[in-house]
This record gives sequence, C-alpha cells and structure tokens, in this order.
Amino acid sequence: MIRYIVRRLLIGVLILMVVCALTFVFFRVLPTGNPALLRAGRDPHPNLIKEIERVLGLNKPLIVQFWDYMKEFFLHFNLGYSYYSQESVRSLIAERLPATLSLTVGAAVLWVLGGLSVGIISALRRHSIVDRLSMGTALLLLSVPEFWLGFVMLLLFANDIGKLKILPGAGSYVGLTYDPWKWFTSLIMPWIVLAAGSAAVYARLMRGSLSETMREDYIRTARAKGLRERAVVRQGVRSAVNPIFTLLGLEIGVLLGGAVLVETVFNIPGIGVENYKAIKASDFPVVEGTVLLAASFIIVANIVVDIAYAYLDPRVRYS
Amino acid sequence: MSAAEPLLRVEDLRVEFPTEDGIVHAVDGITYQVHKGRTLGIVGESGSGKTVSSLTTLGLTRRQGARISGRILFEGKDLVTLPEDELRAIRGNDIAMVFQDPLSSLHPLYRVGRQLTEAVRAHRDVSKAKARERAVELLGLVGIPDPARRVDEYPHEFSGGMRQRVMIAMALANEPKLLIADEPTTALDVTVQAQILALMERLQRELGMAIVIITHDLGVVAEMADDIAVMYAGRIVETASATRVFSAPEHPYTWGLLKSIPRLDGSREEDLVPIPGTPPSLINPPSGCHFHPRCPYAQPDHARIDPALEPVPDEPGHHVACLLEADVRRRLWEQLGAGKTPEEALAEVGLPGAAPA
Repeated sequence: MIRYIVRRLLIGVLILMVVCALTFVFFRVLPTGNPALLRAGRDPHPNLIKEIERVLGLNKPLIVQFWDYMKEFFLHFNLGYSYYSQESVRSLIAERLPATLSLTVGAAVLWVLGGLSVGIISALRRHSIVDRLSMGTALLLLSVPEFWLGFVMLLLFANDIGKLKILPGAGSYVGLTYDPWKWFTSLIMPWIVLAAGSAAVYARLMRGSLSETMREDYIRTARAKGLRERAVVRQGVRSAVNPIFTLLGLEIGVLLGGAVLVETVFNIPGIGVENYKAIKASDFPVVEGTVLLAASFIIVANIVVDIAYAYLDPRVRYS
Repeated sequence: MSAAEPLLRVEDLRVEFPTEDGIVHAVDGITYQVHKGRTLGIVGESGSGKTVSSLTTLGLTRRQGARISGRILFEGKDLVTLPEDELRAIRGNDIAMVFQDPLSSLHPLYRVGRQLTEAVRAHRDVSKAKARERAVELLGLVGIPDPARRVDEYPHEFSGGMRQRVMIAMALANEPKLLIADEPTTALDVTVQAQILALMERLQRELGMAIVIITHDLGVVAEMADDIAVMYAGRIVETASATRVFSAPEHPYTWGLLKSIPRLDGSREEDLVPIPGTPPSLINPPSGCHFHPRCPYAQPDHARIDPALEPVPDEPGHHVACLLEADVRRRLWEQLGAGKTPEEALAEVGLPGAAPA
C-alpha cells in the first residue's frame, strides 16, 4: 500500500511537469499576445519591447525559460512574479485560495449530498412523480451553462437586482473569519450554481446504480433475513455508491472549471477570476501558477479517491 | 401423513405478474403442506413456478407487483394477507431461506460476521458482542473451521461450498421452524453438494425444523425428501411420498423426469429418454392439460380438458393430475419400467399414439 501511494505520488509529480510544460508551450508559442507588447503602452519603440522582454526573461530560448521555472519551483517553491503587479504568484494564490476553497468545498458537499439523496429517492420511487420531476430537473441543470444559471439566480434572488430580494448578490463575498454569517449567505447562490451540474450528474448516476443494486440477490437475502426496509436500502446504497465514488476525482476537475465562471459571475475574489484575468492579459506566471494548482488538486483528489476505494471495496487490493 | 395440523399449508396459491407481454401465471393454483420436522421436495424444470411459490411464502414477491391469491397458512396466520411488518417478523425468524448462488446472495462489501449478526439482531434484542458470539457459534455449527477468525472475512475469501455453509448458518441464526432451500446445491461441485445435503440433514435432526427443498435434481430429493411435489407450468401435477414417486410414479411428466436421469442399476443398453419440447409459456399456457403438447401419451381430448389434482385410487396421500385412466397409467409405467420406449409402451398398452408437438 505504501509503495502504491509513493508510486502514485511520483506519477502525479510527473503529470504536473507535463501540465506545466504544456501550459508553457501553449501560451508562449501559440499567438495570444506578447506580454511585453501589452505592457509597453501605445506605439512603443521596438527597443522598449526588447528591453521589457529581457526583463521578463522572454528573450531566452523556451527550453531555458522552462528550466528556470522548474528550478525555481522545485528548489524554492517559487512560482514567479506577475508581469503586471510584480506580486509573487505564490502569495497571490495564497491570498485568493480561501475564497476558491470556500466556494468549491461547499459546492462539493452540496453536490454529493444533494445528488446522492435525490438519486436515492428517485431510484426507490422509480417512475413516480417525484422521480420524473427530479430527473427532469437534473437534465435541465445538466444542460444549462453555469454563467447563465448564475445570472438567472441573481435576477431572481439577489438583494440588489433580484425579483425576490432575499440573498446577497454579486460582489458580496467576505472572508469566513471576517463575518461567518455573511460569508455563508453570500456563498449560498454560488454554491447552488456551481453544484447544480455535478449534482445532476450524480443524481442520475445514483438512480441508475441503486436501481441496479436493489435487484441484486444479496438484497433479496437481506429482505429474507427480515431486516427493516431502511436497513435493506442502506445495503443497496452501500454498493451503489462505489462505482459513482470513482468519478469523484474527475468531477473535481469539472468543479474547478466551473469555479472560474461562478467566481466571475458572482465577483468572488478567487483563483478562478485571477486565472481568467491573467489569461486575458497574457500574464504567464499567474496563468501557470493557477493551472498548476488546479492540476495538483485534481491529481491529489484522484489519488485520494483510488486509495479510499481500496477501503470501500474489500475485493480491491493494490500491490 | 400425520393427522396433526401441518406447519405450513398452502391452499390454491396463485401468483401472477402483469407484464407488457401479458399476465405471467407463474403459480397457478397449487396446494401443499409441510409437516413439522419433515422435508418436502418441490421438483420441476426452470420456470415451473417452484421458486416464485417459495418467495411468495416469505412475501418477497409482493414488491415485484405480483398479484397473489389463495392462502399460505403458517401457524394459523395467512401469510398472503399478513401486514408487511408482521411478515417481516416471521421472515428469517420462523421461516428462513437459503438461495441458489451463495456468492451473489451474500453482500460482497460486508464481513460475513456482520451479515450473520444483523440476521440475529433483526429479530432479537441482543448486544453486538452477544450477536457476534452467536455468529461464531453458527459458523462452527455449519462446519466452518476456525470460525472465530473467519467471521471477520469477506464472502470472496470463502470457497463456494463454504459460502453456502455461511448462507445456511445465516438462515439458521434464529432457529427457524421452516427452512426453504431453493436449489441449495445447484451452483456447487458434486462432492460439495453431498456435503451440503448431509449438513442440512444433520441440522434438521438437531434442530427439528421442517425443510422445503426446491430443485430440478431428482438425486437431491431422493437424498433429502420425505414427500415430493412435482411442478409443471405453475401447477403441481403429482404429489406423494418420496418412495412412492420413485417406485410408482403416476404422471407422464414424472416418468419423463425419472427416465431422463441415468441409473447405476439400470442396463447400459437402456437409453436415456429426454422429455421432448420446451417448457410452455406461462403467459399463454397450453389449453387443457398443460403438459399435453409434450406428452407422448396425450389423447385428442386432453387438449380440451384441464385435469384436477385427484387422489390415486387405493394410494392414500398420492395425488396426480392426469387424464389417463389409473389402470392405463399403471400399465404404461410397467412397460417403461421394463425399459420400453414411450412408443413401445403405447403399442403394448393399446393406446393410439400422439405425436408430441
């Protein structure tokens, strides 16, 4: 088991390097916009551009730039400095991370709990009105883009522009330590919007999986033992969760992608917004730093899921 | 048969499943009884309704949308109409069931011990520690070596025969008065089959429970059963003591079953005679006697008249649903017993042959 974990972690580091290299190449080779040009102001002298490129290190060969970046990252855990604010990317991320974590962790909880419970109810009452309604809603939530759902929610419930002014709207986010209640209420809508799509996927998966396990022979055995229906269902859910659980790692990636949009719509000062701004401004170090962070989230989540799976299913043993 | 009130009395039980293709008449009016401490073997091909009838005894077909009529009397209670929570109190407590495939019938993600203790705790208010002690005791009772260690293992760590022992241990958790074993040995190796049957017989002697054993395997009932009910297309076509069924069977379907298994004491020249045709549709069963399309001895009017299960003359406890005259049946079986083919037997007895459909 320890060997397995070490191997997975080493592979994870390798993947991170590949992700890093890809981001490097994408933004430097593919035509986005020369950061030096963007910084030089209107009608710049070519020498000025050259000078800026030299300062930013953009005149060096790509491979040397990548080497320098990797060296800084692995030796000093330094992700470079923003081309614009000169701020260290590491501290920028540290400063923005709490908001993003608040958003994604809360949404993940809502997504898993909401998706699973709706799926369970649907599976147990197949073809009932409740089932049809929840599966219809799930399909709808799956189909609508986050930013659209976000705007609709704001128009309906935000206390500034909404029809029913019941929840704090865009730009109302405050830190958890600053005012927990305000933190909570300001995140209700973003959580719902971000969780909706994934919860819908999970509800549908859980419905399918549980309907299947409830037909298993061991469920019949459980009933034949005279267990209460609650206990019987619990045994079915226990089995139905396993195949869905493995998708958790992948779905975290979807969630992080959605966070960019939701942070933008609700104006939450998180990593997603920062990433979006950096891409628009060709602020390479910030782009790389945030992409690296997202990639490590996904990699770690997948390793945790795989390890946990060995505990969820005794028939699985890693060697 | 004893005159005392039977432990289980099934009367005119019908179980129908409405489906998109029509109504499946899975069990079509069966009547049988099981006495305390005795073993009834229910024999028949797949799809003859034997499993559905026993699942219905435990109320396990209710939630599949089955339409159930008739009576299932167990200790004075009608299990057909009993409310679900009262039925639940009987399931796994007074009546327990062992299923065919022990691997799929055990929960793959729970330790064997937990699956045993929950069976105990579903009906008895005992502590977890006490239930665990009982689980170890049960595993020992069914002959699993080193039960104190194995109680913490998962089903996939057991062999097929050991898994079926676990299933039996689970069924015995609350010392049931009636054990229903549905093809308990079908999924097992032949040598393991014999062990499981011997185990069930020993436990029956020790615990004094009644057993209903459901099987397509006449060898199993020969080993275990006191009485036998032969089922065909959702009905019982013949019922008698086991010795009677093997020595003087009355129904052509029973003859077919007996003739299609090899016998060590028979001549090797004697061919095995399979029953022609396939089991009938339970949505549109054949008219008249349900067996007539496959019966070598069917007469023209057998496609019209539906035989009832009637006593065999001069043989108390022996019932058969067949339109042939008792005398004709006896002569036919004599011929078959002498190694004649159905065609030869027909000619000998002087009946016009019927080409089976």
